[in-house]
Amino acid sequence: MALTEERPPLELTSGEEPERKPLGAFTRPSSNTGWRSWITTVDHKKIGILYGATAMVFFALGGLEALLIRAQLAQPDGQVLSPDVYNQMFTMHGTTMVFLVIMPMLAAFANYLIPLMIGARDVAYPRLNAFSYWVFLFGGLFLYSSFFLGGAPDNGWFNYAPNSGVAYSPGHGIDFWVLGLQITGIASLVGAVNLIVTCLNMRAPGMTLMRMPVFVWMALVAQFLLLFAIPVITVALFLLMFDRLYGANFFVVEAGADPLLWQHLFWIFGHPEVYILVLPAFGIISDVIPTFARKPLFGYPFMVFSGIAIGFMGWGVWAHHMFVSGLGPVSVAAFSLSTMFIAVPTGVKIFNWIGTLWKGKLQFTVAMLFAVGLVSQFTIGGLSGVMHSVAPHDTQQTDTYFIVAHFHYVLFGGSMFGIFAGIYYWWPKVFGRRLSESVGKVHFWAMFAGFNLTFAPMHIAGLQGQPRRTATYAEGMGWDLMNLLSTIGSFLIAASFLVWVYNVVRSRHNPPAGADPWDGRTLEWATSSPPPAHNFDVEPTVEHLDEWWHQKYEEDERGRPRRREHYHYLSEVDEVSLADGGRQPQVDAGSIHLPSPSYWPIIIAVGLPLISYGLLYTYWLCAIGGLLVVGGVVGLGLEPSVDPEAGHGDSHGDHHDDDPDTGDDTAAEAGAGGEDEDEAEAEFAGVGAAGEPGDAAGTGADATGASGKEGS
Amino acid sequence: MSVSEQAAPVAATAGPGTHPDHVPHDATAPAHHTNTGLSNEKLGMWLFLGSECLLFGGLISAFLLYRTKDVEGMAGPAVADLYDIPFTSVSSFVLLMSSLTMVLALSAIQRADHRRARTWLLTTAMLGASFVAGQVYEFTAFVREGLGYTTNLQSSAFYTLTGFHGVHVTIGILMLVSLFVMSLRGRLGAEKAETVEIIGLYWHFVDIVWIIIFTLIYLVPA
Repeated sequence: MALTEERPPLELTSGEEPERKPLGAFTRPSSNTGWRSWITTVDHKKIGILYGATAMVFFALGGLEALLIRAQLAQPDGQVLSPDVYNQMFTMHGTTMVFLVIMPMLAAFANYLIPLMIGARDVAYPRLNAFSYWVFLFGGLFLYSSFFLGGAPDNGWFNYAPNSGVAYSPGHGIDFWVLGLQITGIASLVGAVNLIVTCLNMRAPGMTLMRMPVFVWMALVAQFLLLFAIPVITVALFLLMFDRLYGANFFVVEAGADPLLWQHLFWIFGHPEVYILVLPAFGIISDVIPTFARKPLFGYPFMVFSGIAIGFMGWGVWAHHMFVSGLGPVSVAAFSLSTMFIAVPTGVKIFNWIGTLWKGKLQFTVAMLFAVGLVSQFTIGGLSGVMHSVAPHDTQQTDTYFIVAHFHYVLFGGSMFGIFAGIYYWWPKVFGRRLSESVGKVHFWAMFAGFNLTFAPMHIAGLQGQPRRTATYAEGMGWDLMNLLSTIGSFLIAASFLVWVYNVVRSRHNPPAGADPWDGRTLEWATSSPPPAHNFDVEPTVEHLDEWWHQKYEEDERGRPRRREHYHYLSEVDEVSLADGGRQPQVDAGSIHLPSPSYWPIIIAVGLPLISYGLLYTYWLCAIGGLLVVGGVVGLGLEPSVDPEAGHGDSHGDHHDDDPDTGDDTAAEAGAGGEDEDEAEAEFAGVGAAGEPGDAAGTGADATGASGKEGS
Repeated sequence: MSVSEQAAPVAATAGPGTHPDHVPHDATAPAHHTNTGLSNEKLGMWLFLGSECLLFGGLISAFLLYRTKDVEGMAGPAVADLYDIPFTSVSSFVLLMSSLTMVLALSAIQRADHRRARTWLLTTAMLGASFVAGQVYEFTAFVREGLGYTTNLQSSAFYTLTGFHGVHVTIGILMLVSLFVMSLRGRLGAEKAETVEIIGLYWHFVDIVWIIIFTLIYLVPA
């Protein structure tokens, strides 16, 4: 429709006439290509790609900070950074890697894969999904803008009180940290609600919980952890914010405050956070290893229940971060024991991966190398973790480089290796072309060597007493060689990252990979690469764990798997994919209504950092940001999830008309005006809404258009 | 415009992941074709309320930690000395009664009795507003007694906890008023009963949290 069409001004009251387009100044976006399609998209696949790309940019930034730290520590009495800048670097390195790299990277996988793996067309609330991404992005940018506005936060990613108070950190750095993490916390919370509802409610017929791929299970457990961990850190952040901005006394020791309150709140969030970071990576390799071992996962129920057990037990171990804070012997003993116990379900996972590899026909693709890398490196990190559950040992090692070595083996050797396994495994699904295996092997071995060269020596430096978070060390302490090795290793990791970037850049010239390049086991391989906007032409019906494998293979007389002569893909695929007996799906006529793109998520998300800047500088900015948030929520509420005028049909017979008025449901929330509390219900419109009877005809061309792309 | 009137869910919806085979045969039931049988919206609200429990849990813990702190030499009065239990009991009763009117509103809209639904929605909002007004009065009285937000540890913790709860009630009032306005404009038909139910879930949650706060903070001595 024409942009010149006359429209009433942006209306902030709820309760508009239902037939009027309530979009105010904007025409509803409808493009599926170009930059505008990316900022307005509600497609879980595009949002997944946005999450992944943003996280990798932050990975490069966090890596640069790490290189500066290592350059400073390469030799005794380093002069590269001032102590102040050094503090900012290790703070931002930790904060970036946890909140802006691994969490969004796992959100990228969860967004892209969960609907595909459970046979859904999108997540439960597609527009809130877009909202989560933009909030995360602007929260991250807000945090990083501190570098240009008087200095970054400098109190470590744990930000212990009372160092974080105004008396000891008078600049705005800590404020940026507090407000930035509040913003990204909103993104995580909305994302958690969204993905949990998706997993519980949107599964295809027959996709029972115990047929879900392990990645979906582990992502689900991690989202539950997020759901309950985010509010705890939100409380801590609010209290600190009130202390810093409004003179409250929560962490002011002179007023009698207990600085341990911060530590408890932070680590009640912080330890589940560790499992939020690592469980989805476990899930990734639980799907990668069976594919390349050519065997089903050994002990699927044990994998699932050990993940759930970790999720529960993860709430009872937080005080092992605080053994030296004077908790008293009973607490220390209790948390020592619970920390030892939580190693059991983790050990179950390690054994099950080994059981899957055992006697498999192993294919050492790059994805498999990273997966096996995770199993070996995480085991080292897990073992040093069990060492720390012994309180006397922990007391000896606290605040030394031994701890740094431990959690990098867990988070780099665990989470990041899992993430790279997932990147190499699903790259052909997402972009239609594989990453180069030969370049990828260079990447893997360089990263593996660099990783061990960086972090293994830290064990020794730590045992010899080198303290963390200290900008320099004197000559003759016996730490020189270990630090030099670590620095060399860190630059090797950086080089391996560049190899990966090169691999990504040149992957455009690789031949099309086909729908199912690895002979995969789960449903995402049953649709084209990349999948069409609606994911599946035919809604899957699931009868087995590893459904796609069972559709492709049958048992011969001797009970061995034999490829069926014919099986059907679930969307239109290219010639490459049909070589092994695959068939195009039996597409029926009809229409699939997908949620329409929307401007509102990004508009609301822009408002949040504006409010935050306003709190620090001038309340006028708060007013502007508040207007954007309120107006955005009203707009989102009044806009139907599916634009009745848009042609988003695809060939599919499974179409029924729904309530054309669904979008109005949200008017109630819209009136409430931009508060966090709206997040859970602001998307009442749902995804299957608002089909208009006349819409079905003449829109079937989209499917061909979308799935035809990967053939070129 | 009669769009909302024709919106009764007779046909099965076919959203992503919905299952035509699982359509409940009761045509008057809201169309839930999800694996759990709960609509996405209601499940989302339950999850969100689960998350809220931890938010209030953290705030209540912070208050309980700080109210038992040694008050020797503490600036300003102690919060416990200022409580006006009869007054707060009345405002708590008002808030609890609003849960009753919320249920009556839901029941009315399920029977398509829109006039009563509007009455009860507005009553609920008014009762909530009375509670918030009582809280504002309580805060001003405390401040007049010399207990500001920054006066001491207890006051920071007290105002933060009860203030967070008050903001939650206020948001609930705004949602109720929006429902009322929608209903006035004929856009809250009986098929939207679930929207009222979901906002009701939020409202009851906020009430339950207040029962806990009132008991722990006001009634149980430190």
